[in-house]
Amino acid sequence: MMIEPILASLQDQIVKTSNSYGMTEIEVVPSELVSVVQALMTHPDMPFTFLTDLCGIHLLEPTPRIGIVLHLHCLQTNTRLRLKCFSEKVDSPTLPSLTSLFSGANWMEREAYDFYGIQFVGHPNLCRILNEDGLTIFPMRKEYPLEDATRQDKNDSMFGR
Amino acid sequence: MSQDSRPAPQIGPSPEGVDGQGFFLTTVEKAVGMARKNSLWPLPFATSCCGIEFMATMGSHYDLARFGSERPSFSPRQADLLMVMGTVAKKLGPVLKQVYEQMAEPRWVLAVGACASTGGIFDTYSVLQGIDKVIPVDVYVPGCPPRPEQIIDGLIKIQELVQSEHLGRRNSPEYKALLASYGIE
Ligand code: SF4
Repeated sequence: MMIEPILASLQDQIVKTSNSYGMTEIEVVPSELVSVVQALMTHPDMPFTFLTDLCGIHLLEPTPRIGIVLHLHCLQTNTRLRLKCFSEKVDSPTLPSLTSLFSGANWMEREAYDFYGIQFVGHPNLCRILNEDGLTIFPMRKEYPLEDATRQDKNDSMFGR
Repeated sequence: MSQDSRPAPQIGPSPEGVDGQGFFLTTVEKAVGMARKNSLWPLPFATSCCGIEFMATMGSHYDLARFGSERPSFSPRQADLLMVMGTVAKKLGPVLKQVYEQMAEPRWVLAVGACASTGGIFDTYSVLQGIDKVIPVDVYVPGCPPRPEQIIDGLIKIQELVQSEHLGRRNSPEYKALLASYGIE
């Protein structure tokens, strides 16, 4: 069983297909994310039933965009698939939640929200998971200088750096 | 070795006072200070690598029990000394403060390692830049990580503070103001 025919049947919902680091990679239209993952998950011959990972990503080139990377695994044929999906709005990225398909996506999406501020539509409890609740920024976005010279919480007078 | 040739047991120095035939006079403050100093119950708040050094310090080789800290207290309510060893994330700050608030007076705090003292190498958005941002600290132990000898040195510094603390300190306006500056009742 090859993955290409499956992807060909989904080609309307796929922006582009490539192969990198020994894995097939597809980029999906954001509005079609859930239906694509559901089709892959329920495929009779090659069901991608296992969500290995879901994480946020912020790319600056060629155009700035924020999105997610999914790793899906078909345990029957031991095939892996990398799936990317980007939101058009960098200021307030919004993507559909996969929690209706994978319960395991819950905490992973919370993490992606915590660090990149991605709003997952349909997530049951989208709040911070690792950082303190009072944090006002999304720290992994590539929009901060490495060091903020105006910060107040570091006392240099006694200990220096 | 026969029983008679055993060395006589070592007795620590007694506080200043008047020594006489069958009696000894000193102040309550000095007697209490000595008793407190030699029976500190530490609460280990070990969050990362420095905690490993504490485990060595508590173990038989370095043996913190020699200094009266025989019993690590894992309930803050029964502890005298809070030993914070390791990186404290900002998210953990309120937890640390709550542990401190649960301790009964008099209480002391030892910040072990660069992280607990200043944030250490973790000069970043998620790490508390020193536990003295949330609770008052009595003694800082530098090092990344400090060796057990240094932790013991810090404990002995705490013991000196404990011994010389006057009994009214915890009710003094200065101490109340210090706690109030941290928002602790
Ligand atoms: S001071 Fe160094 S050894 Fe101690 S907790 Fe921090 S990084 Fe670890």
